[in-house]
Order: sequence, then C-alpha cells, then structure tokens
Amino acid sequence: MIESPLVSHVIFTIGPVPVTRPVVTTWGLMIVLAGGGWLLTRSLKQVPSRGQAALELIVETIAGQIKDTVHAEPSPYVSLLGTLFVFILTANWSSLIPGVEPPTAHIETDAALAVVVFFAVIWFGIRVRGIAGYARTFAEPTIFMVPLNIVETFTRSFSLIVRLFGNIMSGVFIIGIVLSLAGLLVPIPLMALELLTGTVQAYIFTVLATVFIGSAIGGHSAGRSEGETQA
Amino acid sequence: MNTIEIVSVAAAAFAVAFGAIGPAMAEGRAVAASMDAIARQPEAAGTLTRTLFVGLAMIETTAIYCLVVALLLLFANPFIQ
Repeated sequence: MIESPLVSHVIFTIGPVPVTRPVVTTWGLMIVLAGGGWLLTRSLKQVPSRGQAALELIVETIAGQIKDTVHAEPSPYVSLLGTLFVFILTANWSSLIPGVEPPTAHIETDAALAVVVFFAVIWFGIRVRGIAGYARTFAEPTIFMVPLNIVETFTRSFSLIVRLFGNIMSGVFIIGIVLSLAGLLVPIPLMALELLTGTVQAYIFTVLATVFIGSAIGGHSAGRSEGETQA
Repeated sequence: MNTIEIVSVAAAAFAVAFGAIGPAMAEGRAVAASMDAIARQPEAAGTLTRTLFVGLAMIETTAIYCLVVALLLLFANPFIQ
C-alpha cells in the first residue's frame, strides 16, 4: 500500500516542535539558495563576468515579466516574486536528487507559500493605495460585490495551495506507482514530464501572485485580474 | 471490505475519470483558440502565451480539485474509522 500523501512523518523533535521531512528539505534548499546567492553576488563588477551576466539575465527577465503584468515599476516586487519563483522551481526539481522528496508535494509548504502571497497582496495594496484606498477596491465594480470579493481573496489563496500541491504531489505519486509496477528505466519519461510540470507550476504560481498584487495596487491590467482569478 | 470502503474506492475512480473530461475539453479549446490567435498575429505570441498559461492553470484547477477529492476519499475518509 502506498502511503498517504496527506500525512508527513516526524523525523525528530526540537523541544516541543516536531520537525518533519519537508521542513528539513526546505531548510536545506533555503541554505543552498541563500548561500548560492551570497556567493554569486559577493563580488559584483561593472563589467560582468560570465556568471554575473547569467544572473543579471535571470533577474532582468523576472523584472520584465512583472513589469508587463503589473504595469508599474517592478523593483519593489522583484525580490519577493523572484524568490518565490526560484524557490518553488528548485523545490519542484529537488526530486531529481535521489532520496529527496519535493517539499511542495506536501500541503503544508504550499499553504505557507500561499499565506505569504495572501499577506503580501494586502501589504502592497495598503502601501500603494493607503488603507482606505485598498478597502475601496473591494467595492469594485459595485458595492454589492463586497462579500464576493472578500470570499474571493480566500478562495484564490486556497486554489493556489491546492493547485501546486495537486500537481506536484500527483507527479510524485504516479512515479511511485509506476516504479512499484515496472522497474528500472520506465519512470524516466514520467520524471522528465514532471520537470516540465514543475517549471510550469512555479511559473504559474508566480504569475498568479503577480496578478493578485497587480490587481491590489490597481495597475491597468484590470481586464484579467478580477473575475478570471477565481477558478 | 465493508460497503463504505467499496463505495469510496468506486467514487474516487468516478471522480477522477469524469472530472477529467471537462477540463480536458476546455484546455483543448483554449489551446486551439490561442494557436489560432498566434497564427493570425505572431507578434502577440508572448502576451498570448502568458495569458494562455494562466488560463490553463485556472482550467486545470477543476481537475486538481477532483484529484484532491479522490485522495481524500482514499486516504482521509471521515466515514472510515
């Protein structure tokens, strides 16, 4: 019997806090990403080296995508959204290392990421429009939409959680099933497909977070920011 | 196996099987429409692709909900002690 994807096993406890396997993997990824970022940005030059040029390309691509979606100066949002993208991407791809299960295949990690997005949307909305201005966005287009808009802020966070969890977990699950049915080389095409899914899901999570922030700060992308984010 | 377990397994299979039909057709229509748009207007391919991906994610969510319901039935069924 394959074990349930909804429970995670406690490896050890620090005081009263139980630490599960996804938490350990997440901290490992955070150390790798933060250490790699520190190493790569330690000696930035006016004339970039090869590594710095690649890094600048990544940052500028993310900033350009955010600028296209938010229709505003992207610099306040690049750090949060870029980190989200890079973290989710490496988390999804961490299944390539034997023995490591992607932390995004457990619902707690996805819930934590969606909570970050939930509060970031409110924070950026209030910072750009003020509290009264942000509260007024709930009354768009009419005052009768207030309950629906409030419900929507919660349901769209929930769908962020479930979308990432479902996609990554189903990939891990299917690879596990195929591995238990047929041996050595059969799961490899599925793992390649899973790499693609991981990339697309990291992209989609980031784009949706960008769209939510864009609709909160009131760019001109209102056409696809309000109703279509429901799902 | 008692009746509730049998019904749960059947319902999980039913949810995934029939829950996949609607999103599959919807995604096919969305991709076809965006192919058409890109063929007519290749210079707008970047914007169209981004919007297509977001739309596909939205459509796919319904299928994912079915999957989650199936998993709840199989692994976290509240009616099985």
